Order: sequence, then C-alpha cells, then structure tokens
Amino acid sequence: MTSSAVTPPVLELRNLVVEFVNRHGTLRALDGISLSIAPGEVLGVVGESGAGKSLTGAAVIGLLEPPGRIASGEVLLAGQRIDQLPVEELRHIRGKRIGTIFQDPLTSLDPLYRVGEQLIETIRTHLPVSEQQARERAIALLAEVGIPAPEKRIDGYPHEFSGGMRQRVVIALALAAEPELIIADEPTTALDVSVQAQIIAVLKKLCRERGTAVMLITHDMGVIAETADRVAVMYAGRVIEIGPVRDVVKSPRHPYAKGLMGSIPALDERPERLLQIEGSMPRLTAIPQGCAFHPRCPHVMPRCHEARPVLEPIGAGQVACFLHEVRS
Amino acid sequence: MLAFVIRRILQSCMVLLTVALLAFTMFRFVGDPVAQIVSLDTPAEEVRKVRESLGLDDPVIVQMGRYLYKAVQMDFGISYQFRQPVIQLLAERAPATLELALISSFLSLAIGIPMGVYTALRRDSLFARVFQSISLVGVSLPTFLIGILLIYLFAVTLGWLPSFGRGQVVTVSGRWSTGLLTVSGLKALILPSITLGLYQMTLIMRLVRAEMLEVLRSDHIKFARARGLTTRAIHFRHALKSTLVPVITIAGLQLGSIIAFAVITETVFQWPGMGALFLKAVQNVDIPIMAAYLMIISALFVTINMVVDLLYAFVDPRLRATIKG
Ligand SMILES: Nc1ncnc2c1ncn2[C@@H]1O[C@H](COP(=O)(O)OP(=O)(O)OP(=O)(O)O)[C@@H](O)[C@H]1O
Ligand code: SF4
Ligand SMILES: [Mg+2]
Repeated sequence: MTSSAVTPPVLELRNLVVEFVNRHGTLRALDGISLSIAPGEVLGVVGESGAGKSLTGAAVIGLLEPPGRIASGEVLLAGQRIDQLPVEELRHIRGKRIGTIFQDPLTSLDPLYRVGEQLIETIRTHLPVSEQQARERAIALLAEVGIPAPEKRIDGYPHEFSGGMRQRVVIALALAAEPELIIADEPTTALDVSVQAQIIAVLKKLCRERGTAVMLITHDMGVIAETADRVAVMYAGRVIEIGPVRDVVKSPRHPYAKGLMGSIPALDERPERLLQIEGSMPRLTAIPQGCAFHPRCPHVMPRCHEARPVLEPIGAGQVACFLHEVRS
Repeated sequence: MLAFVIRRILQSCMVLLTVALLAFTMFRFVGDPVAQIVSLDTPAEEVRKVRESLGLDDPVIVQMGRYLYKAVQMDFGISYQFRQPVIQLLAERAPATLELALISSFLSLAIGIPMGVYTALRRDSLFARVFQSISLVGVSLPTFLIGILLIYLFAVTLGWLPSFGRGQVVTVSGRWSTGLLTVSGLKALILPSITLGLYQMTLIMRLVRAEMLEVLRSDHIKFARARGLTTRAIHFRHALKSTLVPVITIAGLQLGSIIAFAVITETVFQWPGMGALFLKAVQNVDIPIMAAYLMIISALFVTINMVVDLLYAFVDPRLRATIKG
C-alpha cells in the first residue's frame, strides 16, 4: 500500500458533513469525517451506538434517508467524486462498484422472490449477461459463499434458509457484480454467535481473493482485531482516531479509544459493549463545545472545553486529542 | 395443502351452523308466524290446524333439525308476504346484487390500487394531495348521501343517467338476468356501482398508500436500493408485490361487505336486488326471507374468506410453506 500516491484510495471521505434539517433546526450527525480506504484494504469502523457509523456508510452509497443530506465535504470513489452524481448515475455505482451488506440478514432479502431471482436480477442489472449466464454465475456465487447444493438452493425462498445462510446469500448479492468496495454494516450482529465467525471468515476470504476493499462496521473488537488492516474510531459524528489495527487496538492514543479497547473481551468471550467508559455519548442535540468527549474524559484540560481538536498525524495513524497534539 | 382446505371448510361449516341457529331463533322470538298467516276471525280450530301443518307443535329441537335439513337443500320456506318459496325470490334478485357488487369491487380495485400507488410514490405532488383530500370525503360521506348527490347531479340536473332500476335486462342461460349486455343496463349500473364502490375505492387507495409507504421503508427495499436495482424494479417488482399481499385480504373481505352494504345502495336506486328484498322483509317481519338472506350472505362471506386465504398462500411463499407443513 506504499503505492497510494499512484493508485488513489478506493474510497476517500474529505470533511464529510451530514445534517438532518427539520422544523426544530439542523442536527449535525456527521461532523467532518475524513478517512480513506486503500484497494483491498479492510477498514474497521468502531464506536458506540449512535456515533454515526451507519450514517457514514449510507452517505457513501447515497442512501441517506431524507431529511438527512450531505451538507458539505466530498466522497471520492477511486479518485472521482460521487457525492454530487445524478441519482441514476449513483445507482449504477451501488451494487456495481460498491456492494452493501446490512445488519439484518433475516429482513434484507425480499421474502416474495426466490434467492436465485434476486441474484439474477442484481447480476443482470449491472452486467450485460443473458438470463442463463446470470443463473450460472448466481450458482457459482452461492457455492463460493459456502451454500451447499447451490444448484438446488438457488430456487429456494429466503424463509427456507437459516439466518447464517441468508447472510451468505446477502454476501453473494453484494459481491454479484465484483465491486471494488464492500460496506458491511454490522454483518454478524443479528446472527447466532456460533455462525458469526464463519460469516466473517467467508467475507474476509472472498474479499481477499478478489482484492475487494471493505469498510467493516462493527461493535465486535475481536472481529476488528482479526480482520481489519486499519481501524477508525468514531465518537459523536467524528473520527477521533484512525490507524493500523495493531496500533489502535493494542496501544490506542485517544482517551476514548483507550476506554473502548479496554473492553475487548478475552478470546472466546462474547464482546461486551464499551462498559469501560463512564457516562454515555451525547445526543446530537447536545454535543458539547470543544472536544465532544470532554465531559467523560479522564484527562480533560481547560482548553478541551473551548477548542475542538482535529485529526493530526501521529505515528502511522491520526488522533484528534490535545494530549497528542504535535506542537510546531 | 389439502389438510388446510379441509380444516378451513370445517371451520366454515361451524360458522354457517352458528348463523343458521341464530336465523332459526329469529322464528321463535320475533312474532308468531301463525298470526301472519291467519286472519283475526279465523276459528281456533283452524288456527290449531295451521299450527300443526307448520309443525310448530313439535319440540324445538325437532323444528330446528327440520329447518337445518331443509336449509341445506336450499329450502328456506315460504315468504309470508309473497307466499312464494323464499329461495325463488332470492334467486330472482341475486343477479342484480351480484352484478352490482362485482362491478363495484372491480372499479374500487382498478381505480383504488393505482391511485394508492401513485399517492405513495409521488407523495408530495399536487395530484397526490388532491387524491388524499378527496379520499377523505369518500371515506366519511355516508353511502346514501353519495347516492342522492349523484342522482341529483347526473340524473336530475344533467339527465345523463337513469336514477333508478336496472334498465333493460337480458336473461342468459335461462336463469341469470344480466344488465351487462344492454346499453341501458350498463348505464343504469354506473351510478349505483360508483355509490357502492366509492367507499371501498377510497379505502383501498388509502390502504395501498399506507402499506406501500411502509414497505418502502422496509429493510428488503433498502437492500434492493443498495443493490442498485432500477427505481422501477424496486417500486413495481418488489414494493408493489409486498404491498398487495395484505391488500388482497382486505379487498376480499370488502367484496363481502360490498354485497352486504348493497342494501342501502339498492334502496336509494330502487335496485331490484337481494338487499332491497331484505329491507322489505324487515319492514314486514318476513322472517323466512330475513333468515335466508342472513344465511346466504354469511355463506358468501365464508366462501370469500376461504378463497382469500388460498390466494394469500398462493402469493406469499412463507405462508405456502406453513400450509404445506
Ligand atoms: N432520520 C434521522 N433524523 C435525526 N437523526 C438521525 C436520523 N437518523 C439517524 N440519526 C442520528 O444520527 C446518529 C448516528 O446514527 P447511526 O445510525 O449512524 O449510528 P451508528 O453508529 O450506526 O449506531 P449503531 O451502532 O446503533 O448502529 C444517531 O445519533 C441518530 O440518532
Ligand atoms: S481533547 Fe481533551 S477532552 Fe478530548 S479526549 Fe483529548 S484530553 Fe480528553
Ligand atoms: Mg448502525
């Protein structure tokens, strides 16, 4: 990934701001998100519930639900801006160049159509192939995601598949047109613990084989430690630390990230949710001045109340905290 | 599948049996039928004979059994007012009611569904708002008022359409008198079927709209968007199909209530159907007709319900699976 000067990142967010405008005013849900994902790289995105992880994914694929909208900033796919594309052009990117996996495999598929029909329609929407070719491709995809007897199962309805099997179908759908990037939003949270690891393994294997980059949103630090190349930690609509997984997980710098990583469970335990940090994340309506984390921060300084720290390079990563400010 | 059908048929029979019992009790509690038949100065001996010939001296349970036995054979007795077999009276009037109800249902679906889809997809457009407001009127205005307004406008003021009756009818295959084959018959159908169907149409429009908006927010539609499907595929292949699944049920049940509600429309338009006959029977305490009407309408309801359930299973694979199992 040293060639990033030559090859642009698959995805780059520059100062992305997402707002919800309603009668009561404007809520800023994402406040200047900047991050990038290199080709073939897996970027883990972590943070408490409500930090803005899903919104980031939705903003990238242009599926923010009104009144949510990108207020400023840029989204670049392989160096090209996509945040201002007309609806129809953006549609060609969704599914074709960016695949998406949502949290709930039980409800992602249309219950009224056979899984094969859904695969074939996705393939044929994006690739110029015949019905027969699409069907063959669909069977191959199902085999790749580890569905036994795919030539039979392709004619099954979603309800005939278990949760894990459905999530495999969803992965097959996301990969159907060979996208450069997959956005996986908590792909295993709704699943049985016993199948979570398998699903992550399938996703990881297929993306590595194809060189597909992944934005992996999850609460599961175990999965991050095992799967991600780099990690972005989000808090109250901002990225507060981003860097190689080894650094961020083993020796996080931001006080919030430290608390977060402290909650990584022992190997075979179910991950607990961020119990380490006192208090809870502020609501969008009451994000504190200065550093949004200061009411909970054990190292809070006077200036943390007033000024807002920005992401600054440190080591191989970046941190937004006055404790780590590089004085120039 | 077969087990499901058999189970449903048994359930339906239970419902019909209950209705039949209710119908029978009407005979026992609403007036003395003998009083309807004999006159005031009939000798007591004569009255006793009539009573005996009608089997009214037998134990209740025997009378009930006899009534049920005959009802199953479509013998509902003799009308007090007309002194004709009830079934014959109803059969003569059934085509008028059924044609009216079917045309009304057809109209309400054919107009209500597209309007519902349109108002859901173009939620903020001017037309959608206008439809929404009009539909509120349709839902809240009583049927007879709509009928009278339509008569006033199109029959009295403009003189375009007849205000009462079925127009010219043709009898096909010996027993079915249809108004669908003549111009005057069709013209006569327009106002009553609009009157009868308007409520259902607005109901279906609002239902489709609400359901479609709900479906458009569902996860599988979000995922369909994320898969990059065309707007058309998302709206009409996926969202519409999910929307119509519950709509089928409602629409089916509506057909039942359309037939039942035809009473009012038939009265307003002097439509010679079963509903008008029923109303007359109520006025004259003609119990045999009332009882038979009740049973026939419930038989219709039950049948429609069953067909709807089967249709539902046909559309929704999840249900098909549970039924098979
Ligand atoms: N339609 C909306 N109107 C107003 N605020 C919204 C809306 N949708 C989301 N938000 C807010 O945006 C913030 C970020 O939401 P998001 O779903 O991205 O969180 P998340 O990090 O994915 O959390 P989780 O881990 O629970 O999935 C939340 O505070 C949420 O309340
Ligand atoms: S900027 Fe200040 S308040 Fe914020 S995390 Fe760093 S030390 Fe704590
Ligand atoms: Mg989320």
